[in-house]
Amino acid sequence: MDYTLLFMQVLNGLQLGLLLFLVASGLTLVFGILDFVNLAHGSVYMIGAFICASLTLFLGNFLLAILIALPLTGLVGYAIEVLVARRLYDKDHLDHVLGTFGLVLVLDTLAHIVWGPAGITVPLPAWLDGQVELFDGAVIPVLRLLIIGTGLAVAGGLVWLVNYTRLGMLIRAGASNRTMVSALGIDIQMLFALVFALGAMLAGLAGMLISPLTGASIEMGGQIIITAFVVIIIGGIGSMKGAFIAAVIIGLIDTLGRSFLDTLFVLFMSENAAETAAPAVSAMMIYILMAIILAVKPQGLFPPKARG
Amino acid sequence: MKPLLEVKGLMKTFGGVAATDNVHLDVMKGEIHAIIGPNGAGKTTLISQLSGALQPDAGTVLLNGTDITNKPAYKRAKLGITRSFQITSLVMGMSVLDNVALAVQANDGHSYRFLKPARSVTHIREKAMESVIKVGLRKRANDKTSALSHGEHRQMEIAIALASDAELMLLDEPMAGLGPTESGLLVNFLKELKGQRTILLIEHDMDAVFALADRISVLVYGQIIATGLPDEIRHNDDVRHAYLGEE
Amino acid sequence: MKNMTKTGWITVIGMVMLAILPPYFLLNGHAFYMDLALRLVILGIAAVSLNLLLGHGGMVSFGHAAFIGLGAYAVGIPSYHATWGGFDLIASYNGLLHLALAIGVSALFALITGAISLRTKGVYFLMITMAFGQMAFFLFQSLDVYNGDDGLTIDVRSELPFINLDSPMQLYGLSYVSLVIAMLMVKIIVNSRFGMVLQGAKDNNERMVTLGYNTYFYRLTAYVISGAMCGYAGFLLGNFTTFISPDMMHWTRSGELMFMVILGGASTALGPILGSSVFILMEEVLSSFTIFWHLPFGLMLIGLVLFVRGGLMGLFKGKGE
Repeated sequence: MDYTLLFMQVLNGLQLGLLLFLVASGLTLVFGILDFVNLAHGSVYMIGAFICASLTLFLGNFLLAILIALPLTGLVGYAIEVLVARRLYDKDHLDHVLGTFGLVLVLDTLAHIVWGPAGITVPLPAWLDGQVELFDGAVIPVLRLLIIGTGLAVAGGLVWLVNYTRLGMLIRAGASNRTMVSALGIDIQMLFALVFALGAMLAGLAGMLISPLTGASIEMGGQIIITAFVVIIIGGIGSMKGAFIAAVIIGLIDTLGRSFLDTLFVLFMSENAAETAAPAVSAMMIYILMAIILAVKPQGLFPPKARG
Repeated sequence: MKPLLEVKGLMKTFGGVAATDNVHLDVMKGEIHAIIGPNGAGKTTLISQLSGALQPDAGTVLLNGTDITNKPAYKRAKLGITRSFQITSLVMGMSVLDNVALAVQANDGHSYRFLKPARSVTHIREKAMESVIKVGLRKRANDKTSALSHGEHRQMEIAIALASDAELMLLDEPMAGLGPTESGLLVNFLKELKGQRTILLIEHDMDAVFALADRISVLVYGQIIATGLPDEIRHNDDVRHAYLGEE
Repeated sequence: MKNMTKTGWITVIGMVMLAILPPYFLLNGHAFYMDLALRLVILGIAAVSLNLLLGHGGMVSFGHAAFIGLGAYAVGIPSYHATWGGFDLIASYNGLLHLALAIGVSALFALITGAISLRTKGVYFLMITMAFGQMAFFLFQSLDVYNGDDGLTIDVRSELPFINLDSPMQLYGLSYVSLVIAMLMVKIIVNSRFGMVLQGAKDNNERMVTLGYNTYFYRLTAYVISGAMCGYAGFLLGNFTTFISPDMMHWTRSGELMFMVILGGASTALGPILGSSVFILMEEVLSSFTIFWHLPFGLMLIGLVLFVRGGLMGLFKGKGE
């Protein structure tokens, strides 16, 4: 077995996992605190990528584009909260899903109108274009390192925000006791909108970071949202720690499955059969993992206590 | 006489607080056994562990000598335990008769039937109607449950418990929220049942308890501090001190 | 017939119109309307099957498009191998084999995914069924043998005894009769003893368990019935479009299906058909004005959730029903 390749694929898996975490963290934050299911979260990821792509082309500076795109994506999230989500909190989950499904259609079509059907490729700035040689023969693109670094930093930041800040305390209190927090004279509606905007920014950030690799495209939102769901289902809906662990596991399993499953299958079946079976099984692997985990723990790895 | 229900060393804690603390309890065949105790004594928690809605942390529950501690709620129901809920729990979208019929059907053993309309299975409907009439809801039989009053919902809870044919009825505050007249009717009704069914009765209404119960157990902070005949309980010093209150 | 309610009459009138109008249009040279009606009736069967779960059983399954896809591939894959060789076990144009595969595979998929999904409830159930649906999507996307993403053209339709599916009129006849049978089946199941338990569990699961019902198995049974029925709709759809692709199973397709059921009014008999009619008409009308028809559609969906309760059928319902 080629250990250098294995090492690099582990890094790739980690990168995918952290990207998933960025998307899933917003989803789980919003669900945990607002008890709101947001299908449109993937669309925000897509819009973040498009805004950043346009700005990069316009300004010629990827980093600056991200810095401007972040608050803009937050604003999109804020608008979604005020215009639609806020009116749905009191309704049941089915209404959340249908309403935000409508939102997905609206946002995807708007993106189609603004940016065209083909999507945009984002030029990689020179400083991100290179590769780093970690050790003999093991090279990793700088961009992937950037995603890994950002993902870890955001994870740390979220832990700090939720556990050690006044906002985090309010967030945790708001989750368990809405009336209590509003009785303290805190504008709970504003707080919820901020949480929603924060979630949108995190998803948008993920879209921005990945855009130089994959470009910005309309389909990208619908593709990631289900995987993000799988992440929060495995992790336990509402649990930040669960989302992080599940995201990394899924990133690793998906990446490693796609690259090594055929080698593994050849050991006990014909090359032809392995060539067909490996992609099929690796496409289903994260769902099979989800099924196994749920068969043992129906509430996911870290079920939130309050919701039982 | 053999106990129908034997509870031995039952324990249940929630976040370090013992809601059920080493409870031993025998309910004899055919008796009305009342459990009284102040609010928060763990009465509903106890019932839930007997019906199977909650799993105890330790201890055993025997029904007719069979260990049912680890049996899920639906199996216990099949073995002959039924419960009513303190907070009304009915299928609100269905008619009164449908609700009671579901209880009859559960015992009938033929619920994986896909073709014949449920409402034309006469033996089930007739038996359900009997219970509905017994609790005095004949006129309301075909009305949607959600349209009934609170008092009528309480009557439905009893009708369902009756219709299920269960040997052991766990009644969780059946009088809750009833006016004096309605309570009186229910007490008379339960009196008529005496001897036919075994009833474990949780009730706050002391007049009702002393009118009905063959024996009484007193539950305080998850512990049974006394069990005895109504007169013994009335004169028990511990009970007076802990619960009835010495003025 | 004396006891017919207003909604009952609407259902009968609607179904009679569906029986008469499309063949009439076809005979007068408007094949396009027949195509619309075929899509409507086939998607109607899928919506009826979903309604059994969602409307009557309270199970919000967001992965139902997978069953349509499985049913359609049960036509496409054997037919493909019969033409191009390979996979001798199932390579055949025999429609009865296709049918058995469509229903069998869908039922099996429902049994396995249902057994896991139904251990959870509420929003978990919703997301998990969605994930399993997407698993089917990715599975077929990864199968290069069947052109993956690009899909598969069915060169030869299922060959059934007595019925020639190449004839739109006969295909419509089969689909229409199937729809009527599906609607009757759901109605009969719902009113049966099994159906009473299912509805009771939707309304108050704890009460049903306390009465002695193991509601898990009742729900799983309903899930398998619904999945098999939806797989059958897929069998018809494959024979209608003669083109199948993973896109049929995409989660947004499941969303559309759910939209039809909710829009038409869950747990009513005609509701799913009404919902699929509105959906298909809207798709046709809006998309003839603009390629961006998803925009007004999405806005309508949001409006529906925010302002209308009980769906279209709710608007029709007379008082006291």
